[in-house]
Amino acid sequence: MSKDKFEYFIKGEKNKYEVIIGLEVHAQVSSNSKLFSGSATKFGAEPNSQVSLIDSAFPGMLPVINKECINQAIRTGLGLNAKINNNSVFDRKNYFYADLPQGYQISQYKNPIVGEGKVLLDMPYGSKEIGIERLHLEQDAGKSIHDMDPSSTYVDLNRSGIALMEIVSKPDLRSPEEVNAYIKKLRTIMRYLGTCDGNMQEGSLRADVNVSVRKVGDKNFGTRCEIKNVNSIKFMQMAIEYEAKRQVELLDEGKKIEQETRLFDTKKNETRSMRSKEDAHDYRYFPDPDLLPLKIEQKLIDDLKKNLPELPDNKKERFMSDYELNSYEANVLVSEKEISNYYEEVAKLSDKKLAATWMMGDLFAMLNDKGLNISKSPISAKNFAELVQSIKSGEISGRIAKEVFELMVESGDNPKKIIKSKGMKQLSDPKELEKIINEILTKNKDKVDQYKSGKEKLFGFFVGQVMKQSGGKANPQLTNDILKKLLKG
Amino acid sequence: MSEIIKKNLSEIIDLIKKKEIKSEELANLYIDKINKSKKLNSYITTCFEHTIKKSKEFDEKPNFNSLLPGVPLAVKDLFCTNGFKTTAGSKMLENFIPKYESTVTENLWKEGAILLGKLNCDEYAMGSSNETSYFGNVINPIAKDTVPGGSSGGSASALVADLTPATIGTDTGGSIRQPASFTGTVGLKPTYGLCSRWGIVAFASSLDQAGPMTKSVKDCSIMLEAMAGFDNKDSTSIEKKKENYSKNLKTDIKGLKIGIPKEYRVENMPKEIDELWNKGKSILKDLGADIIDISLPHTKYALPTYYIVAPAEASSNLARYDGVKYGYRSSKGNDLIEMYENTRSEGFGDEVKRRILIGTYVLSSGYYDAYYLKAQKVRQLIKKDFDENFGKVDAILTPSTPSSAFKIGEKTNDPISMYLNDIFTVPVNLAGLPAISVPAGLDKKGYPLGLQLIGKTLDEQNILNVAYAFEKNCNFKNEIKNWWL
Repeated sequence: MSKDKFEYFIKGEKNKYEVIIGLEVHAQVSSNSKLFSGSATKFGAEPNSQVSLIDSAFPGMLPVINKECINQAIRTGLGLNAKINNNSVFDRKNYFYADLPQGYQISQYKNPIVGEGKVLLDMPYGSKEIGIERLHLEQDAGKSIHDMDPSSTYVDLNRSGIALMEIVSKPDLRSPEEVNAYIKKLRTIMRYLGTCDGNMQEGSLRADVNVSVRKVGDKNFGTRCEIKNVNSIKFMQMAIEYEAKRQVELLDEGKKIEQETRLFDTKKNETRSMRSKEDAHDYRYFPDPDLLPLKIEQKLIDDLKKNLPELPDNKKERFMSDYELNSYEANVLVSEKEISNYYEEVAKLSDKKLAATWMMGDLFAMLNDKGLNISKSPISAKNFAELVQSIKSGEISGRIAKEVFELMVESGDNPKKIIKSKGMKQLSDPKELEKIINEILTKNKDKVDQYKSGKEKLFGFFVGQVMKQSGGKANPQLTNDILKKLLKG
Repeated sequence: MSEIIKKNLSEIIDLIKKKEIKSEELANLYIDKINKSKKLNSYITTCFEHTIKKSKEFDEKPNFNSLLPGVPLAVKDLFCTNGFKTTAGSKMLENFIPKYESTVTENLWKEGAILLGKLNCDEYAMGSSNETSYFGNVINPIAKDTVPGGSSGGSASALVADLTPATIGTDTGGSIRQPASFTGTVGLKPTYGLCSRWGIVAFASSLDQAGPMTKSVKDCSIMLEAMAGFDNKDSTSIEKKKENYSKNLKTDIKGLKIGIPKEYRVENMPKEIDELWNKGKSILKDLGADIIDISLPHTKYALPTYYIVAPAEASSNLARYDGVKYGYRSSKGNDLIEMYENTRSEGFGDEVKRRILIGTYVLSSGYYDAYYLKAQKVRQLIKKDFDENFGKVDAILTPSTPSSAFKIGEKTNDPISMYLNDIFTVPVNLAGLPAISVPAGLDKKGYPLGLQLIGKTLDEQNILNVAYAFEKNCNFKNEIKNWWL
């Protein structure tokens, strides 16, 4: 998969096209209560059990801003290297729908809380900067349930009023792979900050995907289509591929792209028209008169900035210099806060390079296999570090280490204990090894002669015999050295 | 008919405190007259069982230290009252019973007041004559063919007919002051943010403000004291210390500078209004105030500005009445859109629909800049006019309305002429300032007329004082003949 050159282009019958993608990511703010009411925000609660009079828009109810949501938006803005606006405004976006109790969504239109920023992606062909246009706060709507009853629609307002951050990228993305990297990077940043749990299955992270295509070499953007509300990275990638091909086909046939809103049908793997530009809603945005303009003191921004955790980009740099990791290793190990914490704990107690190799190899494979998060790992960081140290010191070989690892997964035991009780310690005493090797050479005199007369392939045979004799515990390096010495003699 | 209920609120409070009358006796006096006054149509809902129960509770354990000890009160039916129908004068909320209490009414109950019932008003407070109410028009007790003004028409009518000792209304463009003027009573619109809007059915959020309607300025100060106060449930509520308006009331206004804005002398204004205004000036002058001519140059844009801003906010505020969650839902319609259309067509009256249409139009893309945005800019200019003049003067004196109470049906087919009724009151709402209407005289038909005093932001005490001094020297007498009994 690794390519050192960007090459995502769609070839039509006549021309080669470049795909232009911009994302509007809706990230649910991690907060105990909703954006403008005190209702709880827990996922999976009984329908309509987390709904206040404000969320259900009873007469005379008024919104009051939840300060924690503001702080979370500021933290996220800082994490995106963005400008925090000292003055922003909440507007009403007016439209009718059964799961929108107020008949309007409180959002930010002309004056968002966060302005331009940027996100760095590590692509196989180098690092790439994706511009952030803005981040604004808005209320989520409720949920309409159409399939519970043949003749009625049910409405669950638990989500109604939950705080969302809409993060709008510039049209800087050029392939499904970049979209994948972008979403993952955003998610990593927000998880580091604790501002969004990024859980896509629970709808905490969704995106509207804007796609257009243009002939390679063209300067102007083509007409874009917006694919609404896609809730997994895989679906985003599939939708982009389908949509880009659809547009290329139209253009190659000499047809025009109509600007429209489309839906991605996950069953049929296609996008289809939802409404054209002519049918677009007129949302009649205007400043919400129930809320005063949002003024943010510079001091608050400075305080939040001071208390920001180390972010993935900085941590990556530090890992590369402190732990001598390469860019790829550092990227993987900072991809989640918990992984980076685990690694740091292991690296402090053992060989940092070997720890990285073993974590990214056997540990990740095992976690992946078991579907576990690193925080649920059956092997503690301390035990893992001891295993790494046992390899490093030559106490056990890599091959034995794999066995020890398996036993650690099963029992959760300390590796030293396992090695001792199972007698798995590596044979590293040169005198003892020499004795074994001499016996083998004596027993296989004919093969020794053949080796000496040039059949050097037989070296492997001797190593195999030593391993067999020692029950696999012979130190491989030492075995090689001694064998070579004795065979010369 | 008992003479007691003709008295002012402050006098009634004295009687209760002196134990000359019990809360329950008082309640029964009002209940008796309310029952005999249905012709006026000032009440939409009564809750006498609750009133009697609460008044008995008060009499058993009276607390005479509160501002409104055991006083039965009715309120405009725009305030949500826990367990009692709150209709906003609309079919849409005909059977709506809130499970919560508005902050302002809660404040009144905390001060010892007891709910008598809910008073008629224009539908969603949209109107100047109380003729847009789904529950029928209200009659002004001064003459059976006249309107009481609006939108707090039921409040004004009930007050002047002695069906409540004092009351509260809401004022978005004059809805307290105009009915007060039409009925010879006192009405105050406080500084925007002084009284919480939480639990009041919203019309235009940036303009709506609750305020007292009373028979005297002193009563007004007591009621304002009881209802005002910071509320963290309303983001536009002003955080400040409670004031003791009634205790600090004084008649000495010597040296105060009273501004007379020339722009309020509008074309075709009846001579009587001009004379009344002059009378006001001379009374204040005699009391030692300096009368100063001032100019508020953007006044003429206030009414068109108001009729863009208020409907714009209303069109959005009323979107929640969609038949989905509560209130009226049409039984007709095959899908969600049809249900919305039928519910809102059947549930709202003409004036409300007219304003939703205007509001939707002025916010539409392509029209927003020309209407809503421009109106917001003009609003700032109107506010600036006031700010600049309040460097020179302490209060501004104007007529409250361009005419006395008009006839029922006279303006119902002419919305513009109806809207013109608010010409002197709307600039105050646009600027967020406090203003009080005090009765100042009668026209030749014998109908009352009021004068308006506009104050600086949070300067309620000052305009109450001026109004108090004016009231003492004006000798206004309301002639209510109880013709409906």
